[in-house]
Amino acid sequence: MRARLVAALLVAIAVGLVSACGPMAPVSASQSGLNGTITVFAASSLNAAFTRIGADFEKRHPGTIVKFSFAGSSSLAAQIQQGALGDVFASADQPNMQKVIQAGLTSQMPIVIARNDLEIVVAKGNPKHVEALADLARSGLVVVLCAPAVPCGHYAAQTLQKAGVSVKPASQEADVKSVLSKVALGEADAGLVYVTDVKSAGNAVEGVAIPPALNVVAEYPIVILKDSQNRALARAFVSYILTDGRQTLARYGFTNP
Amino acid sequence: MALLTRSRRRLQSSAPFLIVILAGAGAAFFIIPLLGLLLRTPWTSAWQQFGSAEVLAALRLSLLASVSATAIALVLGVPLAWTFARLAFPGRSVLRALTVLPMVLPPVVGGVALLLAFGRRGLVGGWLATTLGIHLPFTTAGAIIAETFVAMPFLVITVEAGLRSMDTRFEDAARTLGASRWTVLWRVTLPLVRPSLIAGAVLCWARALGEFGATITFAGNFPGTTQTMPLAVYLALESNPDAAIVLSLVLLAVSLAVLIGLRDRWLGAS
Repeated sequence: MRARLVAALLVAIAVGLVSACGPMAPVSASQSGLNGTITVFAASSLNAAFTRIGADFEKRHPGTIVKFSFAGSSSLAAQIQQGALGDVFASADQPNMQKVIQAGLTSQMPIVIARNDLEIVVAKGNPKHVEALADLARSGLVVVLCAPAVPCGHYAAQTLQKAGVSVKPASQEADVKSVLSKVALGEADAGLVYVTDVKSAGNAVEGVAIPPALNVVAEYPIVILKDSQNRALARAFVSYILTDGRQTLARYGFTNP
Repeated sequence: MALLTRSRRRLQSSAPFLIVILAGAGAAFFIIPLLGLLLRTPWTSAWQQFGSAEVLAALRLSLLASVSATAIALVLGVPLAWTFARLAFPGRSVLRALTVLPMVLPPVVGGVALLLAFGRRGLVGGWLATTLGIHLPFTTAGAIIAETFVAMPFLVITVEAGLRSMDTRFEDAARTLGASRWTVLWRVTLPLVRPSLIAGAVLCWARALGEFGATITFAGNFPGTTQTMPLAVYLALESNPDAAIVLSLVLLAVSLAVLIGLRDRWLGAS
């Protein structure tokens, strides 16, 4: 609860910075002194959306190259702490962003660029008629969740607790994609994943929405790293995400902060 | 005897300099990462980590699953090795290639293949579930199957090599003296390839102990049921890297102890 409050505060400060024309002020398209390359460390779940946004950005600013390194947020945070060189870090949760901030590797406060809701994932056509979180406790229903150590497992536990449902999962998967594939392969009847995962999974599965009151919202903060070699381009890219990139993120299932 | 030792000493001293340098680099390549682990180990909290219920459960499960996988591999793999070494039949090389495929297949892909075979909607998994009531995914049996799938080829190729290089005249002699095929196998063939059997079983066990990809894909991850040590290490890396290092060292110590113990006792290496 306190963590969420702190997070909300951070967001408020960050948003304040942007609107107050701070260092993150949007760069207009006419301003074309941009060139060179930046490397963006981004959470795996941002893969599809960021790849699209990166391509659009390069088209808007010819001569620039945006490289991505996608991996789990905790792996990325560890890589940055071990000295990996890059310009921007986009995490799928606040704790991993905090690790990088506390190591003194960032140059300003992070900004939340997107949110992601949890959803119940079931096989196409919902053969087991899972309608709500409470159904996950039904006996005979094979449910898989993320392990508590990874963000999606942490969020799943919070949501189930809010709903007062106690689920005994058949497995605690190492990442959200594994939960999705267990359901897609028919090995599990239901799981808890992000809305964006259901959207990207295609035809094998479908999502059952969780009411907002019970849902836990994952936040994606982004920050420019202290050791950035091309700060101007990094700033322009982050601004682009906050303006034109919003639509693209929405198209991939993310909600606006 | 004296002559032999002297000549050996001369041979040793004349080892090419380049070979020694490269061998040293090769050894360092294995030792440096190990040193990295040892130096980063939080020794003060190590015992506390080791004693936790979850770690003990993972260790117990790892030992149970790897030993069971080795036992299954011996029962099924030795006859397979014998077939490859002694019987000539069409398609033998293809069959042989297929059985050692898990050695090069990414284990995660192996896990998916197992799901497609023994999963709820798999080729035989559906039948297993409806007629026999056997469910493999998300069970300890599933973890054992995954480890067997990945580790058994190591036993098969080691035993096959042993069978191929042994002197078959002993078997012929036993046959002419009236021993049945079964007796020859038990009393002549298997005792003669004992070093290969043990080496193959140890390799198989070590591979099963470290198995990760196929297990987490096919059997999932649940503490006490399918969470073996490598899975526990991987998940601990997410939340508590110190615990992951301690867990890795435990796994390392257990496997080193077993390998060294076996080597002195049975493999006769000096």
